[in-house]
Amino acid sequence: MMDKQQTQEFIARRVAMELQDGDLVNLGIGLPTLVANFIPEGRDVFLQSENGFIGVGPAPEEDEIDPCIANAGAMPVTIVPGGSFFDSAVSFGIIRGGHVNTTVLGALQVAENGDIANYMIPGKMVPGMGGAMDLLSGAKKVIVAMEHTAKGAHKLLKKCTLPLTAVSAVDLIVTEMGVIEVTDKGFVLIEYNPDYSLEEIHNATGADLIISQSLKPMI
Amino acid sequence: MDKLISMHDAVNLVRDGDTIMVGGFLAVGTPDRLIDALIEKGVKDLTLICNDTGFVDRGVGKMVVAKMFKKIYASHVGTNKETGRQLLEGETEVVLVPQGTLIEQIRAGGFGLGGVLTKTGLGTAVEEGKDIVEIDGEKYLLEKPMRANIALLFAEKADVKGNLTFHGATRNFNTYMGAAADISIVEAQEVVPLGGICQDDVVVPGVFVNHIIDGAKL
Repeated sequence: MMDKQQTQEFIARRVAMELQDGDLVNLGIGLPTLVANFIPEGRDVFLQSENGFIGVGPAPEEDEIDPCIANAGAMPVTIVPGGSFFDSAVSFGIIRGGHVNTTVLGALQVAENGDIANYMIPGKMVPGMGGAMDLLSGAKKVIVAMEHTAKGAHKLLKKCTLPLTAVSAVDLIVTEMGVIEVTDKGFVLIEYNPDYSLEEIHNATGADLIISQSLKPMI
Repeated sequence: MDKLISMHDAVNLVRDGDTIMVGGFLAVGTPDRLIDALIEKGVKDLTLICNDTGFVDRGVGKMVVAKMFKKIYASHVGTNKETGRQLLEGETEVVLVPQGTLIEQIRAGGFGLGGVLTKTGLGTAVEEGKDIVEIDGEKYLLEKPMRANIALLFAEKADVKGNLTFHGATRNFNTYMGAAADISIVEAQEVVPLGGICQDDVVVPGVFVNHIIDGAKL
């Protein structure tokens, strides 16, 4: 069994394979941020940070931190050559206007029609949507990167029970158990982690799971 | 006439019950010393329009801890547990607004527009009570303009006419809030004389800035 960190890195590594040369990509906070560490060498991927720049680089050394250059999670980062700074109107023009190729987000729940809930649990936790609703409505491709269940509780469902962040927005889901496409027919398992049986993956999924004709092992 | 004022005069422009816009994104590009001075003065019953509520010890979040707001419009409050507590216990009304919608509502408020049409939020709780407009067969939410009495802003550099430049990711909401408020006050890290900023490099023209505080002299 993988521990929490290994699980997250496993998921992030698989998501990174989806990013294409020349893509502009927005990575959400948490697990999705790890994807940056696994972008295949030679692929020219630009990362957008919705607080106002394109060209997010690695975290700086302690003595090179610039308090004015932080990512959308307030972590110190750098900006790469060829990057640019802009304000929030431009940033969300880029997002809503369809100029972001791929966004990678976490989720509390995803439904088989692509509905996603990831911004609040009523009465308990109300962090807010930040830029997620705009990203889900504007990005060309939406990838959800998350653990398959919440300590055993289903996150992949027929219908979300939490307030929705967006309707029919998700294209692909990557978990530690497999890679799932969201199609007109529902969830389709296209890759599986051989550490799990298909029965285990079915049981961990709270909706029908169609097995792709061309099912293959992950990575 | 130059636009420099003292911190004392600046905070006296903010009155109980005002609606204020505050620039910054998770305390990056926030006018920290203006916020500290306002907390010291102790204004109350404010309405806040800001991207987020920062942290309990950083940015506009300190004003949340000091219980200065009766209502907050923000896209994200998850980094400040005091906002969450006030929200869940019903002490402060919090209206969550998608980030891209919030900046456009502010832009509309400052730029003479009656609102903006966006697909963001369709089919979610955000659309409740709002008009849905169909344009060429596509549905959009009508989001209305936002304005404030006062905007508290941050800039890297200001000249005495209020032309502003920025560094790094500090532009965020600072570039539009000045237009959408009756009075805007900018805390600049540095104030330079006329000619100290090349006209080509101005990000926010001074027309949107009423008052400047010289951060280097604080």
